[in-house]
Amino acid sequence: MTVKAREPFRFRSRVTLPEVTGRKAFTIAELLEGIKRADDAVIYYHTHRFIKQFHHLVPEGANDFAYWVTNTVQADRLGEELTSIDIVRYNSLSDIKDAFVGMIERHLAENPAPQRTVAPGREFHFMRAIRFSLPTACEAVDYPSFEDCLRDVSPSSLYLHVFEARLRPPYGVDDFSHWFRKEFGDEQVGREISRLDPYSYTLEGLRARIIRIIEKRLGEGANA
Amino acid sequence: MPKMEEYSAAAGAAAIEELKVISARLRGKTILNVNSTAVGGGVAEILNRMLPMMTELGIKPRWELIKGGEDFYAVTKKFHNAIHGTRQELTPADFQLYRDTLKSNMATMNLDADIAMIHDPQPAGLIDKKPAGAKWVWRCHIDMSNRQDDVWEFLKGYVSRYDAAVISAPAFSQEMPVKQFQVPPSIDPLADKNKELSDEEVAAIMRRLDIPTDKPLITQVSRFDRLKDPLGVIAAFKLIQPYVTARLLLVGGSADDDPEGSEVLAEARAAAEGNSDIIVLCLPPTSNVEINAIQRASAIIIQKSLKEGFGLTVSEALWKGKPVIAGAVGGIPLQITHKYSGILTRTVEGTAYWMKRLLHEPAYAKRLGENGREHVRENFLLTRHLRDYLLIALYLESGRQDFIHL
Repeated sequence: MTVKAREPFRFRSRVTLPEVTGRKAFTIAELLEGIKRADDAVIYYHTHRFIKQFHHLVPEGANDFAYWVTNTVQADRLGEELTSIDIVRYNSLSDIKDAFVGMIERHLAENPAPQRTVAPGREFHFMRAIRFSLPTACEAVDYPSFEDCLRDVSPSSLYLHVFEARLRPPYGVDDFSHWFRKEFGDEQVGREISRLDPYSYTLEGLRARIIRIIEKRLGEGANA
Repeated sequence: MPKMEEYSAAAGAAAIEELKVISARLRGKTILNVNSTAVGGGVAEILNRMLPMMTELGIKPRWELIKGGEDFYAVTKKFHNAIHGTRQELTPADFQLYRDTLKSNMATMNLDADIAMIHDPQPAGLIDKKPAGAKWVWRCHIDMSNRQDDVWEFLKGYVSRYDAAVISAPAFSQEMPVKQFQVPPSIDPLADKNKELSDEEVAAIMRRLDIPTDKPLITQVSRFDRLKDPLGVIAAFKLIQPYVTARLLLVGGSADDDPEGSEVLAEARAAAEGNSDIIVLCLPPTSNVEINAIQRASAIIIQKSLKEGFGLTVSEALWKGKPVIAGAVGGIPLQITHKYSGILTRTVEGTAYWMKRLLHEPAYAKRLGENGREHVRENFLLTRHLRDYLLIALYLESGRQDFIHL
């Protein structure tokens, strides 16, 4: 556990600037059309940014689309299905988009009756997220310094490295697992971190969980 | 003015670090703000706090005021009301007066800056004198969702030539050929009305104001205005009185200069008469620490608005970790996610139901308050507001990419 990494882990942070597209939906069909027209920045806003913005909530929401369909349109069945879409298991924003489109199309095909139109003021607003990736002062070269950094970095940084990282190469892999496997050949830590999901923890809970994984590993190393 | 580091306890060290990283890319740039008043009003209040922070971050902020006679302000007041949705009669002479006043301002005002933030309709026409290469942003603080067509069409002629527009909520957006960003307003966690107070300070202020604290307090802080529905709050409280031990407190400003306010205050007092558990209290407009203490001493905060702009008083209450029951209008749903970070209601009966439920389920009420405070920490503090302005500047300076790697 005293081995130093060849490549230090440089923690970064993510901040977003919300852009208003002006596009709105008053019905589920309009929501579907809006999602079909959406680019990556729109899908990111309503899925990843949603989780990050509400990361402290217990229980936590799932994504903007599910929240609106459940709470505003009150289409419970579809809302439940949209909630079940686990966005961190997809490797690209366009795959996430396809999952939403497929699910809503199926719902509309199975429910051809006239749809509910929500009252003005309760419509869905399509937004885009302009993403900024920021360096932080935290840099880790071994297990103890990684743990120190984990205690200091923002929830945004945690989210970026654990969940959003899966959207870029190597696809489907979080940055932490990747680093421990690449630098130390540590499959165990890699496996445990990669199994975490944002729906089971607040980001502070996630921070505590990863610290426990590292501490446990450090303990095993010390006893080895 | 507080120093940047003093915000660390409220906003988090990472938020201050982010501001430093972002501002490093804008170091030495001049950011000009133009509005119509240096004191009074939300815009001046924010700029007075925010500009020293920009200086501390190595940016060169400048602040200019648009100048005009009473007739100009009468016209721009009409613009404001029309954009806000209250029908106004504007004559061609009114529009001409606006053009002429802007022209004389352009002749004397120094508009040199890398980035300019032009606030609200009054100075919007300054775009005619935008320096080459500068980036200009029109910052609209008004709810434009029910705007009057003729006034908007007139303003749109100016606003469409900006590099970007900034609005407070998605519902305020308008069709225009420029990018629109959402930057909600914010509260200052170090201001008198939001700063931390000890239990002793709170108790001393409650004693001084003669507000008993022997029963849980349900409080609404707002001016006596029909759109804040103080009578609806009293009606809701009366519905639950047979089942709960609590006291209702309505706190507002004295309404000497507002005939309708005096009328609503009298109606509230009449509705409360004979009910020893309903207190109607008037405080001077400078009572910021007192309001802070009252909110902290309360078990539940109500903001039962029927119509609202952004309704930032909700964030002020959430910041104190209080469970808030509020009308689902204006910008309030952006601050409260129903049943997660507060309660949204639409009726007297619904408000009564949730008052009773939160009194009877203190653990749930506490969790709503905690979630609400964290939501405000993340989204409605002054530091986030400043960060968003800097991100817009950076976005415009960096070639308008969807993804910017610093």
